[in-house]
Amino acid sequence: MMMTTEVEPTVLVDAASVQGGPVLLSLRGAMSLDTISTISHRLYSLVEEMNPSDITIDFSSLGYFDSAGALVMARFRHEMERRGIPLKLVNVSEETRRIMELFDPDRIEVHADMPSGEPQISMLEIIGGGARAMVVKTIIVMGFIGDVVRSIGYFLFHPRELRWKDMVTNMKLVGADGLPIVALISFLVGLIIAFMSSLQLKPLGGDIFVASLVGIAIVKELGPLMTAIIVAGRSGSAFAAEIGAMVANEEIDALYIMGFEPMRFLVIPRLLAALAVVPLLALYADFFGLFGGLVVGMLGLDMTLITYVNQTGESIVLSDVFTGLIKSIVFAAIVGGSGCYHGLRVKRGAEGVGRATTAAVVSAIFFIILADSIFAVVLHYI
Amino acid sequence: MIMKNIDLVEKEKNVSPGREVIVRVENLTARLEGNTILKDINLEVHRGERLFIVGRSGSGKTVLMKHMIGLFRPAEGKVTIKGMDVHGADERELAEIRRSFGVLFQSGGLLGSMTLEENTALPLTDRFDIPEDLREELVRMKLAMVDLAGYEHLFPAELSGGMKKRAGLARAMVLDPEILFFDEPSSGLDPVTSAELDRTIVGINEGMGTTMVIVSHELSSILAIGQRIIMLDGDEKAIIAEGEPRYLLENSADRRVVAFLSRSAD
Ligand SMILES: Nc1ncnc2c1ncn2[C@@H]1O[C@H](COP(=O)(O)OP(=O)(O)OP(=O)(O)O)[C@@H](O)[C@H]1O
Ligand SMILES: [Mg+2]
Repeated sequence: MMMTTEVEPTVLVDAASVQGGPVLLSLRGAMSLDTISTISHRLYSLVEEMNPSDITIDFSSLGYFDSAGALVMARFRHEMERRGIPLKLVNVSEETRRIMELFDPDRIEVHADMPSGEPQISMLEIIGGGARAMVVKTIIVMGFIGDVVRSIGYFLFHPRELRWKDMVTNMKLVGADGLPIVALISFLVGLIIAFMSSLQLKPLGGDIFVASLVGIAIVKELGPLMTAIIVAGRSGSAFAAEIGAMVANEEIDALYIMGFEPMRFLVIPRLLAALAVVPLLALYADFFGLFGGLVVGMLGLDMTLITYVNQTGESIVLSDVFTGLIKSIVFAAIVGGSGCYHGLRVKRGAEGVGRATTAAVVSAIFFIILADSIFAVVLHYI
Repeated sequence: MIMKNIDLVEKEKNVSPGREVIVRVENLTARLEGNTILKDINLEVHRGERLFIVGRSGSGKTVLMKHMIGLFRPAEGKVTIKGMDVHGADERELAEIRRSFGVLFQSGGLLGSMTLEENTALPLTDRFDIPEDLREELVRMKLAMVDLAGYEHLFPAELSGGMKKRAGLARAMVLDPEILFFDEPSSGLDPVTSAELDRTIVGINEGMGTTMVIVSHELSSILAIGQRIIMLDGDEKAIIAEGEPRYLLENSADRRVVAFLSRSAD
C-alpha cells in the first residue's frame, strides 16, 4: 500500500455523529508504527468525550496500514466489546482486511503448558535452589572424574584401542602450536619481574639478587602458572568448543550408537595430550622467563652472562623444577578435564557452545589458581 | 474417543497378523529436564515395513526415536529391539542390539574431523576382523550406493546438505542393519533430491528387507512411500492416529490428522 506521507494522520469526527448516540469516525493518513500512538490516543479520547451508543469507523481515506495498525484496531475492538459499544468498520480495503486477519491477536495460540510470566521466587528458594544445584553439580563432576579414571584404567590394559592419532594431533594443537605465544609471554613476564625488582634492589646494591628473584619466581610459580593459563585460553576453550559442536551436531549420539564411548573416544585422547605436553611447555616457559631476566640483568645491570647464570643456578634447586612439573600435570588435568566436561554438557543447539567455551576457560582458571594456592600451603609445610 | 476407535479398526485392517514385531515400545513415558514430552506410548514396528513417525514440529518425534535407539532412558516403560531390552541390556546384548540398527540423524551426525571414508568405516573399526582392503571396498560400495563414489576423501564440511544426508545413510547402512532409523531424512533437501532419497529408501527396504522407521513431516514422502504412519501430538503427548496414510487422510474423523495430511492450518 502507498505511504501517504502528505496527509497528517488523524481521526476525524463526521458531522452526522451524535453525542451519546451513533458516532461516525473516519481514519485519515497512515496507520503505522510511527503514527499509531497518536491515533490510538485520539480514538480512546473521542470515545470518552462523545460517549457513543455505537461507533462506525470509515477506512476509505486511510493511507497506509500495517501490523501495528492491526494490533491497535484489534485492541480497540476488544475494548468496545467490553464496554458493550457496537463497532462497525466500513470501506475496509481487501488488503487492509487481510492484514487485520493476519495479525488478529485472538488467533495467537497460547500453549497451555508454557510457563507464563515471571514466577515469584523468594530469596530462600533462590538460596536453596543454588545450594541444591551445587550439590547436583558436584555429583555430576565427581561422576565425570570417576569415568575418566575408569577409562584411563581401561586403556592401561587395552593400549591398542586408544586413538593415538587423535592424541598426537591434540599434542600438536596444545603444545607445538602454543610455542610462540608461551615463549613471548614468559619472556615478557621474566623481563618485567627483573626490571621491577631491579628498580627496588639497585639502590640497595642488591643487583645480584635480581637473578635469584626471577629464578625462584619463574621456576616455582609463574612458569607453570602462566603456561596453564595460556593453555586454558587456547586449548581448554578449543576442547569445549569442538566437543560442544559435536554434541549439537548429534555426532556424540552417533558415536554412542555405534558403540563408541565419547569418554574413551574423545575425552581421554585430549586429556592425555594435555598431560603429556603441558609440563614440557612449562619447562619451556621457565627457560624463556629466565631469559627475559637475563636480558635485563645484562643490559640494565651490567652483569655478565656467567654471573647471572651462576646466581640463578645457586638460588634454584632441582626439586623446585620438579615441583613445578608436578603442578603442571595437575594444571593440565584441570584444563583438559574442564574443557571436555563443559563441551559434553552442551545441550541442543549452537548457542550452548559459546557458553560452554566461556565456562570451560573461567572454571579452568579458577581451579588452577585454587590448586596453586593449595600447592603453596602444602609445599611450605613439606 | 470416536476417532481412536476408528483408527483401531483401521490398524487391524492393515496389519496382517503374525508379522514379526522387531521393535516394541511399551508404556513409554519420556521426561526431559522435568518436562513430560511423551506419555504412555505403545507401538510396534514390524519387520520389513516402512513406518513413518509423523507429527508437528515439537511433538516429540525425535525424542521418541532417541528413546527407541537407547540414547535417552525412559522415565517409565521400556523399549525392546528383537526382544532385548534396549535400556537394560548387558554388554553382549547391547553389542547385538547396536549391530542390528543404523541411524541417520537429523543433523547428519558425521564426525567433522574425519573424511567420508573414515566416517563410513567407523562402525567397522576394531570390532570386526576384516582385512583392510575388504573394508575399504565395502565402504566404497556403500558410498556408491548413495551416489557418493569419488567423494571418499572429502570432509563433511566440504559437502552440501543433501550429500551429508546421503553420507550419513551410507554410514548407517555399512553393517547391513535390520532396522534403519531416519530422523527427518529430507529436511533441507530440494524436492528432487528428496524424491531421490525416497527412492533409495524404498530400494533398500525392498531390496534388503530392511525395516525402516522414518521420522518425518515431509508430506510428499509420507504419502509416497509410507506404508503405515504413527502420528504424535504435542498437546496430548501421545499417539493420536495410526494407520495407512491415504486411508487416514480420507477417513480419519480427527481434525488434526486430516489437517496434517492435507496440509492445511486447522
Ligand atoms: N535434550 C532435550 N532436553 C530437554 N528437552 C528436550 C530435549 N530434546 C527435545 N526436548 C523437548 O522435547 C519436545 C519435543 O522435541 P522433539 O525434538 O522430539 O520434536 P520433534 O517432533 O522432533 O520436532 P521437529 O519436527 O521440529 O524436529 C520439545 O518441546 C523440546 O523442547
Ligand atoms: Mg526432530
